[in-house]
Amino acid sequence: MQRTVSAHGSLKARGVLSPWFGDRVFRWTTLLFAACVLAIIALLAYLLLADSVPAMRAFSWRFLSGRNWDPVHDSFGALPFIYGTLVSSALALLVAVPISLGAALFLAELAPPWLRNPLSFLVELLAAVPSVVYGIWGIFVLVPFLRPVEAWLGAHLGFVPLFSGAPYGIGMMAAGLILAIMVLPIITAVSRDVLRAVPVSQREAAYALGATRWEAIRGPVFRYARAGILGAVILGLGRALGETMAVTMVIGNTPAISASIFDPAYTMPSLLANEFMEATGKLHIAALMEIALLLFVVTIVINAIARLLIWSVARGAPAGVRE
Amino acid sequence: MSALAARRAGLQQLRRRAANSTMWFVAVLCVLAAILPLGFVLYYVLAQGASGINLDFFTKLPKPVGEPGGGMANAIVGSLILVGLASLVGLPVGILGGIYLAEFGNNRFAWTIRFLSDVLSGVPSIVVGIFIWAMVVVPTHRLSGMAGGAALGVMMIPTVMRTTEELVRLVPMSLREASLSLGATHRRTVFKVVLVAARGGVVTGVLLAVSRIAGEAAPLLLTAGSSPFWSTRIDQPMPSLPVQIFTYAIQPYDDCHRQAWAAALVLVSLVFVLSVAARYATRGRFRMVR
Repeated sequence: MQRTVSAHGSLKARGVLSPWFGDRVFRWTTLLFAACVLAIIALLAYLLLADSVPAMRAFSWRFLSGRNWDPVHDSFGALPFIYGTLVSSALALLVAVPISLGAALFLAELAPPWLRNPLSFLVELLAAVPSVVYGIWGIFVLVPFLRPVEAWLGAHLGFVPLFSGAPYGIGMMAAGLILAIMVLPIITAVSRDVLRAVPVSQREAAYALGATRWEAIRGPVFRYARAGILGAVILGLGRALGETMAVTMVIGNTPAISASIFDPAYTMPSLLANEFMEATGKLHIAALMEIALLLFVVTIVINAIARLLIWSVARGAPAGVRE
Repeated sequence: MSALAARRAGLQQLRRRAANSTMWFVAVLCVLAAILPLGFVLYYVLAQGASGINLDFFTKLPKPVGEPGGGMANAIVGSLILVGLASLVGLPVGILGGIYLAEFGNNRFAWTIRFLSDVLSGVPSIVVGIFIWAMVVVPTHRLSGMAGGAALGVMMIPTVMRTTEELVRLVPMSLREASLSLGATHRRTVFKVVLVAARGGVVTGVLLAVSRIAGEAAPLLLTAGSSPFWSTRIDQPMPSLPVQIFTYAIQPYDDCHRQAWAAALVLVSLVFVLSVAARYATRGRFRMVR
């Protein structure tokens, strides 16, 4: 090589002028954008943690077990909200899981092909209806409908603490039912995908041994899909725990711990939606931040578990694409 | 075989058949029970909302709470602006990130991103709202359309990223090889060949993400706030349909309720149209729920 072209040559040698240099820039640019997700989650965790430090200092673990939420006297205990969140989500799963599994079974295994797509679309549409719309429907349709139902339940089963108390309509039961409607499509759609990821050979083997359709599903298919279905349910739980608007509109927003599912209650997301903008005290904001941190950590853990379980069954095909 | 054994076998056969049909029947019931709420919700939204839909609803500002009349023109415009701002944040990150995952995504870092993106889609919307409140609202000292757009944008990312990835992956390797063998660089191949082939999928992802965030109220309460006036400046509080539905639904006035139902009808129609369009763009190859 001549000296005169060495500058050019060395640039070329370092790959700066080669056509692949642009490709490397392209690769790193897209990587940078992909890394935004990582940055968002890290920043989110950091901010919530940093802003809730004052509340952690002031209350330590008593924050989780305290029942008193009093912004005026700067005394904060999160137990009623944790209780409300857990119980309303549990109610929702109790109602939604059996129905979802049946529906997923039908969509994945039993439905004739011409019915499969329209039905799936309807279930998915259910997931697309905005939360506030469920909320307004809850206030004006579900709650008035629940009042006589609760009165009847109270009259006949009132000796059980679960069904005691005044039938307001608004309360834990309404929240649980609304949440059930909202998590139903998620559990259904994900379980359906998991069921469809079960290899056909599993079914054929069962049929070859003379099993009926149900026996094939109950045995090999369910056993194969078990982890993924559990993942779908946990995913639904994650959604239920974090759901805000619809619950806020029907649960009654009363920080009480009551055995009756008729009584009003309060959830962590609702508390954030109602109080965050009104909070002025430093400790009040920190306490709300700690609630948000709690919610964030719990949903992250739950979603991580759910995804790993679902991936363990339906990883081969990139989740969600079907021909 | 003795007659008794034959009968027992027949009975068992009958029981197994019965169990099979019963479960079939139960599964059908479950599907009906799953779809029933959609029918109820749509019916009431249509029945209650239709009476509130008129020209005023789309062209007038809201009247002071309690006074009849007025419309939600500012909230409709506000929602459109917020969705536009959200797209500015969510689309570049989602689409380019999705391309990374599809084209270079066979390493541990990419699996981490994939996993975190799925996890991010499960973070409650109200927590995203608080995040943007701390990031944008606190430093700028005011609720603003900008903050609202950022919150919605963050919520768009997982949907757009994962749909883009999955549909870009479906583009046959032979197309890429053909382009590369003609001497095109990788980036040129991606932009001129792969993305063109996968555009339906990218459109689907974008539409799904928009339909998901257009109805979000929780994060907007803490970021965009609301306003009874025209608000087109993105550094000022910005009204939106979902927030307006929430505030009107919990008022004690019938006229407010009527308008809230009408807004719900507009929102549901929008979501419905977007969902159908999303499905059409990829012709049923993609599911909407993640």
